Amino acid sequence: MAESPFKEEIERVEKEYSEKMTPGAIVYIPGSSVINKTGSWRVFMPEFKRDKCVRCYLCYIYCPEPAIYLDEENYPVFDYDYCKGCGICANECPTKAIEMVREVK
Amino acid sequence: MEIPENVKKRLSLPAEEYFYAGHTACQGCGAALGLRYVLKAYKNRAIFTIPACCSTIIAGAWPYLTFGAPLFQTAFETTGAVIGGIEAGLKAKGYKVKGEDGIMVVGWAGDGGTADIGLQALSGFLERDHDGLYIMYDNEAYMNTGIQRSSSTPKGAWTTNTPGGKKHFLEQKPKKKVIDIVIAHKPAYAATASIAFPEDFIRKLKKAQKIKGASFIQLFAPCPTGWRSPTDKSIELARLAVQTAYFPLFEYEGGKYKINMPSTKKEPKPLEEYLKLQGRFKYMTKEDIAALQEWVLREWEELKKKAEMFK
Repeated sequence: MAESPFKEEIERVEKEYSEKMTPGAIVYIPGSSVINKTGSWRVFMPEFKRDKCVRCYLCYIYCPEPAIYLDEENYPVFDYDYCKGCGICANECPTKAIEMVREVK
Repeated sequence: MEIPENVKKRLSLPAEEYFYAGHTACQGCGAALGLRYVLKAYKNRAIFTIPACCSTIIAGAWPYLTFGAPLFQTAFETTGAVIGGIEAGLKAKGYKVKGEDGIMVVGWAGDGGTADIGLQALSGFLERDHDGLYIMYDNEAYMNTGIQRSSSTPKGAWTTNTPGGKKHFLEQKPKKKVIDIVIAHKPAYAATASIAFPEDFIRKLKKAQKIKGASFIQLFAPCPTGWRSPTDKSIELARLAVQTAYFPLFEYEGGKYKINMPSTKKEPKPLEEYLKLQGRFKYMTKEDIAALQEWVLREWEELKKKAEMFK
């Protein structure tokens, strides 16, 4: 993915939470957790083979993050900023279009 | 990220996402997936209350929030009471609670916070018949504090305080059937659901929204960390639990039972298929497994009889 879809949210969280403590410790920005880039937890990363995909959306449906989106052509897009590499998508894929490979950083 | 229009039409779940990435659940967490489905079903038209459990952390440690909906974090034993309080507050302010376009008040508690600690508040919530929904996500132990047994842990399971071996023992008591305790209150709606069957789960959530009165859903949510199972097998385990009739999916509505899955006409799969994927059952002997299998089939026969009697 070229750019994070949560760019604006992250900027807002960084700006507003750095300025002041919220009264009563209330959290008032919904979805502010996007600032945590949980992708760094990953050991194995999903590798997507586009030609094998039958677009059943099972990977999208079962992603617990959610770190899988769908593009205009209905193919899954993986967000490696947040993917923790659990491997559910690869295990559930009926055509084995997703393979878990050890990530080299 | 926006889902394109042409995809929305083919998708079996609501496309809107109100559960945000960046939460701190473990890899392959069933509870996080369950929360994602609940937020997909109710969007931001729900108020959540979560007691002390893994979901407190999943929903976000201060100052972060994973939800796109309001959340009230509460003490361990008060989930049922807080649902009642929020519902009464909303009604006093003149909001529409439940019904087609009403606000949902959702309590989301783990099996420890429901079957052990929060049982009294749950009973009160059902008995007073508040217009709310209580979801118990069942991962069969106190996972947040480090895998201690709860009364929802099945017989023969390893946990940190039932470690097995020569001096100690494995879990001795069978799983507490919270859903039967709930149905004994004669609620408006009670159901079991599984994260492996999201369409069924979301249908049940929508049904609970339509029906006036107290509703309860028991959601089966595997925990790879506590169950000592591979992280990629969470969905497979949840599916096998249903197919082996270990955790059958059924609904209770207006005094009537309806079994959704597995099929009542076929024999369920052997339980061993479900057990062998998990490290927490590896200390069980052949006799233990046979005893657990017998217990599962007995419960399954009982449920089938009930479904036949009250249909």
